[in-house]
Amino acid sequence: MNSDDPDHDHHHDHAHSRHPTREDDDVALSYGEAKFLALKSMLIEKGVLTADQIRRRHEINDLLTPHQGARMVAKAWVDPAFKARMLKDAKTAAIELGIEVTEAELMAIENTPTCHNIIVCTLCSCYPRSLLGEPPPWYISKAYRSRAVREPRKVLREFGLSFPDTVEVRVHDSNADLRYVVLPMRPHGTDALSETELADLVSRDCLVGTALPAQDAS
Amino acid sequence: MSVNASPTFAPGARVRIIDLKKQGHVRTPIYVREKVGTIDYFCGAFENPEDRAYGRVGGARIPLYRVRLMQRDLWPDYEGPDNDSLVLEIYDHWLQPA
Repeated sequence: MNSDDPDHDHHHDHAHSRHPTREDDDVALSYGEAKFLALKSMLIEKGVLTADQIRRRHEINDLLTPHQGARMVAKAWVDPAFKARMLKDAKTAAIELGIEVTEAELMAIENTPTCHNIIVCTLCSCYPRSLLGEPPPWYISKAYRSRAVREPRKVLREFGLSFPDTVEVRVHDSNADLRYVVLPMRPHGTDALSETELADLVSRDCLVGTALPAQDAS
Repeated sequence: MSVNASPTFAPGARVRIIDLKKQGHVRTPIYVREKVGTIDYFCGAFENPEDRAYGRVGGARIPLYRVRLMQRDLWPDYEGPDNDSLVLEIYDHWLQPA
């Protein structure tokens, strides 16, 4: 584990919107936001970080998209040896695909006909940004973070997913050092699709466990 | 994986997540404290976030496990079937044999 890793520090997981806090926002700054802005100017003033380094980090964060995770899933669907490597060590498997992984540890959790998996971080909003980009607002909402562990089936129904009682719903609370991505099941009727076409079926929410891949990308 | 502290619990072991009543940057959510589950997976050894969060870096690495709890044991009025479960990461010092 690399302790210098910028995405490992939990303080980076608290961002509540895609964009950095704005000094001139129309709503009043919260205590945390004011503290963040003060800390940022002090770090620049003391020469610990340059404004350009901070800007560059925001630029990298904005470039990350769920496509990397989707690409990884499609590869696992067509290549059983890769799938085995991904389930054993998702970080190494992602690096193998040329993905720049900033998380200390990544774990892939496989959906099966008898177990559906869903990811949440109850303590803040830990999320595998290298694979999925910035989390959607619902993922960091207090409602999702508290309800996903308390009444996951009800939450899944609100996302349009319902499972019979014979399928275990397994919730993964991403509360400490690992970051999780769901490996969904390959939809039926997709045998003729290429790896690229398969990746198009895998949306962001499939990788969090709140959706299932479509049979076609339309 | 960063493994330089050996696990004290083996996969399948029954464990109780204790309540250390510790303040600050603690990664053991309140809803699992005093609950009993099963060791699912040894994640490796990591520095204690309860120290790291306050700048005390480079300390001893402690075993971290994924612990699986049955939803029925977490919430007596759980709406789903008996085999629904939850898995989360718990550091060694928050666990006792059950």
